[in-house]
Amino acid sequence: MSNFLYRHRYYISRRLLQITILTLYFGANAYGWKIAVGDLSSSLIFNFIPLSDPFATLQMFFAGAIIATDVLIGVGIILFIYGVIGGRFFCSWVCPVNIITETALWLRRVLNLQEKENAIAFSKNIRYWVIIVSLGLSFIFSLTAFDMISPIGIAHRGIIFGFGFGWFFLLAIFLFDLFSQRYGWCGHICPLGGFNAIIGKYSLVKVVHDKERCLYSMECFKVCPEIQVLDMVGKKSKAITGAECIKCGHCIEVCPNDAFKVSIVSLAEQIKG
Amino acid sequence: MENLDNQKRRLFLQKIMQGVGYGAFGIIAWSSYLSQSQAKSIFLRPPGALSEKKFVSTCIRSGMCVQACPYDALKLSTISDNISIGTPYFIPREEACHLCPDIPCANACPTQALDLQSFIADNKSSINNARMGLATINTATCLAYLGLQCTMCIRACPLADTAIVLHNERNPRTDMHAFLKPVVVPDYCTGCGMCERACPTKVASIRVLPLSISSGDIGEHYIVGWRDEDEGRLDNVSTDVTLERTKRNEKSALDNVNDTDGILKGLYDE
Repeated sequence: MSNFLYRHRYYISRRLLQITILTLYFGANAYGWKIAVGDLSSSLIFNFIPLSDPFATLQMFFAGAIIATDVLIGVGIILFIYGVIGGRFFCSWVCPVNIITETALWLRRVLNLQEKENAIAFSKNIRYWVIIVSLGLSFIFSLTAFDMISPIGIAHRGIIFGFGFGWFFLLAIFLFDLFSQRYGWCGHICPLGGFNAIIGKYSLVKVVHDKERCLYSMECFKVCPEIQVLDMVGKKSKAITGAECIKCGHCIEVCPNDAFKVSIVSLAEQIKG
Repeated sequence: MENLDNQKRRLFLQKIMQGVGYGAFGIIAWSSYLSQSQAKSIFLRPPGALSEKKFVSTCIRSGMCVQACPYDALKLSTISDNISIGTPYFIPREEACHLCPDIPCANACPTQALDLQSFIADNKSSINNARMGLATINTATCLAYLGLQCTMCIRACPLADTAIVLHNERNPRTDMHAFLKPVVVPDYCTGCGMCERACPTKVASIRVLPLSISSGDIGEHYIVGWRDEDEGRLDNVSTDVTLERTKRNEKSALDNVNDTDGILKGLYDE
């Protein structure tokens, strides 16, 4: 049993953190707790620290809204956190949609629903185009275009304030991820993930690969949601510097010989490669 | 080798066209959803909300106003509501705005989409300056207008005798009773919805509508002569309305009508 817990230590901590954060927000709405008020778009921690979503704020800017000081401070704090521990930390440790898409990813592996030869392959770069389209549509329609359709917003607001028909949207993403594209929403389309990846490109906390310990079992490739970041595995001992790494720690858990570990990697080292 | 390059080029172009196709489809679907959500909503926004267009772009959808509302009147819209998703609204018939003097919802707003400045009039900030909507009365179903005694709306109104006043009129049907007709005064109505919530008819006979739908505008072209500031607008206006004289309008209009010797002559003489 303890071995099982150890083998899933990152998975369990991530789920615990996701559920704790959502519970705090839910409690703020339902019972008036003051620990984390608001939701993942913008919130107030301990009635004092403002936090705001940088991507939503950028869309507001494009929509022509006047941005309040509190929001700017909140964006600054978030940019600092993402800059240090990595933007896509949000994706695997906070975002509630991650629970849905990773479940689909796991089911896909268990049910052996592999990629078919003739399937439409989505590019991993679609998300960066969606960022541009989001900002363009925000400008044209004077509203925050992505937040209007964001399943992340639907999920966390649904849990905190009530779903409406929003759950149907989440079911659609689950089925899309399960049957159409491997890690389809989070790994290809979601512009928030792409935006966070750009912010956290040179974050200090990275997963580091040790070539000397690699047994070429390919276990990491089976579980990694963003396989393109594992290009150095078995070839070179270096940090995973690909911005799209979501720092889920899955590779660390499955590696039979502990060839991965979390470490702080200086900027100079990252640029040198 | 050349053949292979050619094939690669075809594949590359094909991929690009595929991308354009999917992209166009996605953007059209997305845009149509966005433009549909811009349709005028008949939901009421919390006090201090900016104009709907500005509100939708400024609201960050944090839901903090909803959490701050002590009466749980405010709700966040979901994807099934025909309203910009994740933005706050309230339905008076379920729970109306209680006009808290400390305005917790607007104070909680991180983006000033609920604008605290909008409550200031004459250097004093007051929730009574909120304009969420305007109460409108359907006089065909209002009990008071039918001649029954009701006064529920005026009793519920936080600004009773100011925002809603009673007009007493003789009831000609019985010749011995009075109508106590409620009348909304638009200058003072905050649109809080307390009257709508209190109305005892099956469907409320007094309803708060958003200002974008219910408010009127007299316009520049009417002058209310008994208001000094309105009358003053006439001071610099030229009152000369003389037309250029031509052969067709040299006589006055009245003269033309009575002109049996002119146009009409041939018609009646025969």
